[in-house]
Amino acid sequence: MSGLVVLLVYVAIFAGSFVVAKFLVRRAQNDFTSLKTVTFGDESAVVSDRIASVVSILTLFLLWGAFTGSTLVPKFLHAPGPFEGVATFEYTAENADGDRDTATVTVLVHPITETVSAPEIEPGDGWAKNDSDTVGAWRSGLIRVDKNDEFTKADGARVIEINGQPIEPGGEVFTEYGRVGMSGKGTPNFVPKKGWQMEPIWLPPPEAVVKRVGEIASEGYRDSTLWEHLGYSLFRVIAGFFFGAMVGIPLGYAMGLSNWFRGWFDPIVEFMRPVPPLALIPLVIIWAGIGETGKIILLFLAALWIMAIAARSGVSGVRISKVHAAYSLGATKWQILRYVIVPNSLPDIFTGARVAMGVCWGTVVAAELVAAEKGAGMMIMVASKFQLTDIVIMGIILIGIIGFGIDMLMRWAERVLVPWKGKG
Amino acid sequence: MTGLSIDELSMRFDLPNGSSVQALQDVSLDLKAGEILTVLGPSGCGKTTLLNIVAGFLAPTSGQVVLNGHKVTGPDAERGMVFQQGALFEWMNVRDNVSFGPRMAGKRSRDYAGEVDHLLDVVGLADFKDKAIYELSGGMQQRVALARCLANEPDVILMDEPLGALDALTREKMQSLVLKLWKETGKTIILITHSVEEALLLGERLIVMAPRPGRIHKEYRLPFADLGVGADLREIKRHPEYAPRREEILGMIWDMEEEIMGRQEDAE
Repeated sequence: MSGLVVLLVYVAIFAGSFVVAKFLVRRAQNDFTSLKTVTFGDESAVVSDRIASVVSILTLFLLWGAFTGSTLVPKFLHAPGPFEGVATFEYTAENADGDRDTATVTVLVHPITETVSAPEIEPGDGWAKNDSDTVGAWRSGLIRVDKNDEFTKADGARVIEINGQPIEPGGEVFTEYGRVGMSGKGTPNFVPKKGWQMEPIWLPPPEAVVKRVGEIASEGYRDSTLWEHLGYSLFRVIAGFFFGAMVGIPLGYAMGLSNWFRGWFDPIVEFMRPVPPLALIPLVIIWAGIGETGKIILLFLAALWIMAIAARSGVSGVRISKVHAAYSLGATKWQILRYVIVPNSLPDIFTGARVAMGVCWGTVVAAELVAAEKGAGMMIMVASKFQLTDIVIMGIILIGIIGFGIDMLMRWAERVLVPWKGKG
Repeated sequence: MTGLSIDELSMRFDLPNGSSVQALQDVSLDLKAGEILTVLGPSGCGKTTLLNIVAGFLAPTSGQVVLNGHKVTGPDAERGMVFQQGALFEWMNVRDNVSFGPRMAGKRSRDYAGEVDHLLDVVGLADFKDKAIYELSGGMQQRVALARCLANEPDVILMDEPLGALDALTREKMQSLVLKLWKETGKTIILITHSVEEALLLGERLIVMAPRPGRIHKEYRLPFADLGVGADLREIKRHPEYAPRREEILGMIWDMEEEIMGRQEDAE
């Protein structure tokens, strides 16, 4: 229900900001693209709109804040929150003799983080006495209204109306403070209005996540600080990738240069390539346990085939005229390998390395979700078992940032180290 | 004995379906040191195969190539090669490309640096020594390829349509440069081309090859290459012998192309 509201608000902001940006923001009207008359279908005329990107990110955080009651978002933008305060409703009971009496129930609905006691009330007149109880926001509570009455359930008394509306076991009545249901045994069950906000155990507000980052960074979680968890994951990726590249690149070169090597390893590489590294986790755990060795073997296997195939295609991609030219200039086989084939294959190897690092990062997190003593994946898996949603969200965001950072770093290295990529 | 001798070369490729293609049949040719030969012919006449055999990239099914008294068995620094395009090393700058041969031979920088600088001056790239290959235009890249080949001091330079990928204006300038380098260095040059004009202007000798089987159809001795050194090539085209020769060769090649087409139609 509230999911639909979020979607509608999101679509409304998407469309609204488009209209605003289109009619209110003036742009340079004299660059080359703006003078094109055909833009629909011309891919080069489609550029990422800066304003859209900024509004998009802001919208995500705004929705997150608004639907979690964040203090970072001004109050008037908050989605209606859960009811908190004093709620009342009346019940009418009928005893075994058919005598009816009405009494008031006063419920203090409190934030679930606080401990409160039930409000003091007057017992009132008649055989049914007024009741008082507490219920946490987003929670519900059975209210044993007959407990203090002169005729209890054991005496044959039963509740027949809530706020003047008839009710029977299994039925419900909606009041201005929330829903009053009735259990199968005839006890009223009060559920205060929940509003449209998300409860922190499902989705904590942004500031709670930020606070948790600070806490875990300094105090740690599960015997390790945040940096140790992330550092372990990164270390595994780098070690696994390193060994994968150390074996895979020479293997790929050999496969690109020798019939025998290609014939020997082609079936193995072609079979192992489509096996998702995640499918190897159980076997690796059986063989090497859940420690560092197992993780590094897994990531080694994840990187190995990708790097071997990248190096092989780098060798196959060398133009024969370059090799011929080098031979005609008097180069020996080793010189051709060193000065022609290796540099010519570097762009392919870098592309492979980028893919391999991405796969390794995904694989390490998954492997840690399954079993680990430290690591980003282990951190969020354990936190999820204790419903520590803020740690889970923080972990996902940090894993995303690191994955993105790895990709950026690889792109940068590629630009600096192989500037001739795609220019042959 | 100096010079290049091509002796009864034949080349047959066996195809996977059992048939075979006679790419060359009994091609014989003698080149004196310092001669420039252009090779012209319709597609499929075996020009590139001939060049690859002379370069040593292919072994002929029969016959042999003899350079300065010894038989050619594989690629070697004595036979330099200039390709149409894409044979430069993008991971090296212009200077490192040109000095590739001497460096591979283990020469020290001070022994070849002067020659490399001189060659880059000659081809007009003095200001581009430290540029990356992909920053240069197509014409400049071919100048680098020429300089790289010359820096290695080969006896024979084999050019496989070296100017084929250039635009018409650049091509004319490069033709003058090829003639100038030929005269200055005294190298033996074999140049393959698709352009009749280029073959006439650059060839001291010109052979027209015919296809199926690939063979020498006709050979000419021409005065234009000598006249063209240092001269305006457009002047040469006004030479009284130039236009008749061009028409004769063009007609010859047209006839061959038509014959090929006819044979293909018969086969269908």
